[in-house]
Order: sequence, then C-alpha cells, then structure tokens
Amino acid sequence: MNTLLANAIEIWLVFLLAVGSTFILIGAFSLVRLSEFFKRLHGPTKASTLGVGCILATSVGYHALAGSDPQPRELLITAFLFITAPISAHLMAKAALSLRMDERPQLPGVSEEDTHVPPRPDGRDDEQFPGPK
Amino acid sequence: MTGIQIFGVSLIDAAVVGSMFAVALAILLAMWRLIRGPTVPDRILALDTLNVTAIAELMLLGVHLRTAIYFEAALIIAMLGFVTTVVLSKYVIRRDIVE
Repeated sequence: MNTLLANAIEIWLVFLLAVGSTFILIGAFSLVRLSEFFKRLHGPTKASTLGVGCILATSVGYHALAGSDPQPRELLITAFLFITAPISAHLMAKAALSLRMDERPQLPGVSEEDTHVPPRPDGRDDEQFPGPK
Repeated sequence: MTGIQIFGVSLIDAAVVGSMFAVALAILLAMWRLIRGPTVPDRILALDTLNVTAIAELMLLGVHLRTAIYFEAALIIAMLGFVTTVVLSKYVIRRDIVE
C-alpha cells in the first residue's frame, strides 16, 4: 500500500515537471517570437510564476519523498517570485514607456509591422517620469 | 529511490533530465533575445528571464543529484535578480540610481 502511494506521488511529480518545463519553454519562445516589447512582456512573467512554481513544487515533493530534505524550503523562493514578478514587470513597462519609442523614427530595413508601437492610451505626456532629454 | 521503471530507467529521473534540456533550451532562447534585443527594456526583460530560468535549472540539478544544497544559491539568485531588474529599470527611467 505504501508503494502504491509512492508511485502515485511520483506520477504526480512527473506531471508537475512536464507542466513547469512546458510553461518555461513557452515563456522563452514568446520572448523570441513576439513582435514588440509590450507583447514580449507577457510570456516571461507567466514562466516565472507558473513554470518555476511547478518546478519548485516538484523539488519539494521529490526531496520529501527521497528523504534528502524534509523541510519545504523551496516554497520561500516561490513566495518571493510571486511577490516580485509583478513589481519587476511593472517597472520594465514603465521603463519602456519612458523611452517614448512611439516618437522615434523608423529603423532602416525593418518593416512597419515589426516595430509598431501603440500610442499612449491617454494621449498626454508622462510628467512624472520625463524621460531622457 | 527505485520507484517506477520504464525501459530500465527510473521514470522521474528521465523526466528530470528531459526538463533540464527544456529549461536549457529556454535559456538559449532568452540569451538570443539578450544579444539581439533592439531596445534596452528588451535586454532587461531577457536578463530577468535568464534569472528565472537559472533558478529552475538549479533546482532541477538539485533534484538530479539528490541534494538540497543548491537551495541557497537559487534563493540568492532570486533576490539579486529582482534587485538587478529594479535598478536597471530605474536607471532607464530616471538616468540615475541613487537620487
């Protein structure tokens, strides 16, 4: 009976590993494939919360099952990433907005669709962060 | 740990090695964006993604070697990665770090 429970936990750990590595791979692939910065910001935030969360849960389960580390210390990293991922994404979006990429001239040899940047939603200047002069 | 065997290999060990290859491919893709990235925020985002994938790869290495000693290294990478992202973004926004 104990062996059956261990096998069930092991299959669950393999499932968590598959989900986590799939999400990390999709996040990095979207970082390469999408066309502009504000679209690229989507993928890696999902990879950092869901993908790394699943892999750290696998690590907790494996070390508890093998008896090499009985305390679930990896949950500290998960909590830290869940707190900090939105903050860093917000700051990167603010940095990209302050560069005013919508007012820059077109790069030579690049099509219009690849570098299209949407205008600011409110249509006015950002007075709080006045960008580089 | 014996566990479930498939083709003479332990199932979870094979899954851990496969996940390490997938995460290594993700690291290569993020490095491509780090080198290529047309703007500075793209490179900051690529560095942040590299930090996160390095944490995942390190924890998978800890599972593969059956040791918990890589936990501290992963925690330090997480903290320093967050501080790096915040400082680089703040430098892009204000052109100054300590005001």
